[in-house]
Amino acid sequence: MNQDTVNFIFIGLSFALYIVIAVRSRAGSTQEYYTAGGGVSPLANGMATAADWMSAATFISMAGTVAISGYDASRFLMGWTGGFVLLTVLMVPYLRKFGKATVPDFIGDRFYSKLARAVAVVCAIFICMTYIMGQMRGVGVVFSQLFGISVPAGVLIGAAIVFFYAGLGGMKGITYTQVAQYCVMAFSYTLPAIFIAMAMTGNVIPQLGLIGNYTVDGEVVPFLQKLNNINAELGFQEYTAGNLSTINMFCITAALMCGTAGLPHVIVRFFTVKNVHAVRKSACWTLLFIAVIYLTAPAIGAFARVNLIQKLHNTAYSEAPSWFDEFESTGQMAWIDKNGDGKIQYYGPGKSEVGKSSVFLGAKPEYPSDDAEASQKVGINGERLLANKSDDSNPNELWFGNDIMVMANPHMAGLPMWVIGLLMAGCIAAALSTAAGLLLVLSTSISHDLMKKIVKPDLTDREEVNYARGASFVALAVAAYFGINPPSAFIAKTVAFAFGLAASSFFPTLLMGIFSKRVNKAGAISGMLSGITFTISYIVYFQFLGGKTEQLLFGITPEGIGFVGMLINFLVTAIVSAMTAPPPIEVQEMVESIHIPKGSGDASDH
Amino acid sequence: MSTLEVNHPRAHRRACLKIVLSLLAVWFVASFGCGILFRDWLDAHAPQIGTAPFGFWMAQQGSILVFVLLLFVYSYLMSRLDRKHGYSERL
Repeated sequence: MNQDTVNFIFIGLSFALYIVIAVRSRAGSTQEYYTAGGGVSPLANGMATAADWMSAATFISMAGTVAISGYDASRFLMGWTGGFVLLTVLMVPYLRKFGKATVPDFIGDRFYSKLARAVAVVCAIFICMTYIMGQMRGVGVVFSQLFGISVPAGVLIGAAIVFFYAGLGGMKGITYTQVAQYCVMAFSYTLPAIFIAMAMTGNVIPQLGLIGNYTVDGEVVPFLQKLNNINAELGFQEYTAGNLSTINMFCITAALMCGTAGLPHVIVRFFTVKNVHAVRKSACWTLLFIAVIYLTAPAIGAFARVNLIQKLHNTAYSEAPSWFDEFESTGQMAWIDKNGDGKIQYYGPGKSEVGKSSVFLGAKPEYPSDDAEASQKVGINGERLLANKSDDSNPNELWFGNDIMVMANPHMAGLPMWVIGLLMAGCIAAALSTAAGLLLVLSTSISHDLMKKIVKPDLTDREEVNYARGASFVALAVAAYFGINPPSAFIAKTVAFAFGLAASSFFPTLLMGIFSKRVNKAGAISGMLSGITFTISYIVYFQFLGGKTEQLLFGITPEGIGFVGMLINFLVTAIVSAMTAPPPIEVQEMVESIHIPKGSGDASDH
Repeated sequence: MSTLEVNHPRAHRRACLKIVLSLLAVWFVASFGCGILFRDWLDAHAPQIGTAPFGFWMAQQGSILVFVLLLFVYSYLMSRLDRKHGYSERL
């Protein structure tokens, strides 16, 4: 039995499981479609939220990002988990008490205005779209690896599957499928790490291996020391040293944290539990389940880096391990023999994808067309040739995408086939669960907040669900398009922008809506608009219009600008609210009431 | 439902805010403080965790552990507070 067959078996089994669950818990009413009827247990909801939370970016790219950038990647580790603390103590208990199904619903009622609701809908759609693009890309990467097809074809297959069960099952179906998906993810993520930790450090627990000693071939050195030495030898900076300035690191982490706390698709999860007490309990479980994976990621990243360099650097191409061929053929690794010695050389200080120490000219590898002559496609060592010109200004010969680290890891460590099959199933679970959750929020935003509450108030339940299904189809088509033509090279980066947008729009508005009775509709609307407009323009300018590094505001990169956008939002909201009339008395009473944790009632009685 | 029916919305809200703010202070010190702002100093002066420098370890592992603990503490303290003010809905 070969690897492909094993992969198919594992993925097939996991899919069968998800589909059985989705069909069995199919939504019958709008209430079940949006909030699963409000009766999911805290533990189950915790698992489902964790699955929703851990996107393909987390699962596939994060360990790779850690491997490449060492300390700098801590911004993702702290940002995404720390944001969850904010979300739990500042947002969800109050929003759950308020008891409506969606975030725009709260904003619309709290700021007593259709315009505020409309602005919130637009922000929600924008955030979810940015986020879901990254997910579709992730699905594409996995499927391309799996079937040996191109990434675009992989994206299309993934889109079809997501549509099938997200559109069909609604929130109830999704919640129970996500519970299963979490189990698959957690198991498949930690298992390879345990094997590798044993091989490299003699420690069963990967987290202890990371802070333990490297013990291969009788040599005993502190593991991080070993990694620093390897990096230094090849001209990279030390693994434990950071590249980003402290202010930039601070801003990016803060933007990720606050963005997390404003993510509509995660907030919605907490409307599915019974009462405020259950919300808090559910949040504990969620973070615990998330931590299982987040604490493993840095270990996997560090192990993968040592493995990668030891297996490939200064190895003759003809002797390179077989997985190298596979990644070459799907275009995720590339090698150009610049010095003609037939060996693979990997050098820093760049990260292989950016300007410095790049292998070839251009952002990503291009290949000769299929009808080109064989001599243009295959080099003298048997390697796959690129259409890009080689960049001869530096000696680095190896290119690879961050996204492959997690998937390449078990190959590199020579783990058994079934571990790799399981990992594939986990990757797909991660991407599908998040994409499905996002799709639901997107479709709800359109059918419930836009159609029912703004455009056509006399919509029946059945029509509303149909609109939701139609909207998910359109949203998915757009997401698939951007998954095929991603606006940014890496999954984690695309997703980071979504957090910036959430931080600059929802977080301040929700926070002030909950904790202040004085903030009114004029303040909220102008705040949201100025925050998100500022953030989008900054990102677009530096990401797509070729803004120069010198022009950056205080040296803050587009990833971290959401934090500044958020401050602007706070400021504008406070000033405009102070200058206009306070909100009506019934709204002030409502703010009082959401602080009383009792009597939250059933979810979504709209 | 609790037998205590004396509700004090204002007192409850103040106590709740106090819990939230003190937890957020810990949250800030563990992540931004140890992991980013004072990281270099801590790497050099604080005791190592295993073989890892303290600041680096806080940024990659320690802060996450602190976050999980914080949420359990939050859930516990808030339930106790709700009970005290007669808002408990534990079933």
